[in-house]
Amino acid sequence: MKLREVAEVTQAEVLTGRELLEREVDKGCGADLLSDVLSVVEENFLLVTGMVTLQAVRVAEVMNAAAVLIVRGKRPLEPVIAYAEEAGIPLLATQKGMFETCGLLYSRGLRPTRFRRVSEYAG
Amino acid sequence: MGAVSTQIRRILRELGVEPEVVRRVGIICFEGETNIAIFTKGGRITLMVWDDRVELFFADNGPGIEDLELVRRPGYSTAPDWARELGFGAGMGIPNMEKNADTFVLRSRPGKGTAIRATVWRKGNERQGSSAGPGA
Repeated sequence: MKLREVAEVTQAEVLTGRELLEREVDKGCGADLLSDVLSVVEENFLLVTGMVTLQAVRVAEVMNAAAVLIVRGKRPLEPVIAYAEEAGIPLLATQKGMFETCGLLYSRGLRPTRFRRVSEYAG
Repeated sequence: MGAVSTQIRRILRELGVEPEVVRRVGIICFEGETNIAIFTKGGRITLMVWDDRVELFFADNGPGIEDLELVRRPGYSTAPDWARELGFGAGMGIPNMEKNADTFVLRSRPGKGTAIRATVWRKGNERQGSSAGPGA
């Protein structure tokens, strides 16, 4: 789905990257633990997170994520938005929580990213 | 955290390094600089770009690592709360560096510091640890 549809479905505000809303995403990763995001083995995914730090945007940048969707009505500080703009990472923000946001996107066809497997625990 | 790896990512892209290599080096660097930021008062990260490989060197005069086997275990961490609140320090850093590198050498002396060399090959599939299965 296009980022524009992601914004519509989750009723998200586009904080930056309005010109990139035609970008396609078919996978998503929901995490506040940025260490987990760093173990995603795919690119061009939507990062759904409650983190509004500069580090969250930098992780998205290094991982070649398509965009960052911030949940639960949080709003990053101006320098973070400015950094995302410069880095070409669209930032979206929704009032909805993580669970609902991920559920809505999943029901519209977004699928999970794969992670690097860390142990044999739990199959 | 992440300032060095994003900068290195840009340099590698400008040099025309293969996207997959850029990504792996970016992840290794992010994990490495995060460790330096969390555990030490500062360190040095050196990037070397060759025709056939990219190398990252991390060196610090921090507290060193007491148990080298333990830090390679996913989930083991001695990170302080502030690092965890930022979403790091989950005990995945060293395992993730190791998995993204083709060769990974870590030397540490408690009380003296830590040095890491990570290499990512640019040509062919020379990944260490990825067993060549059928058809590979």
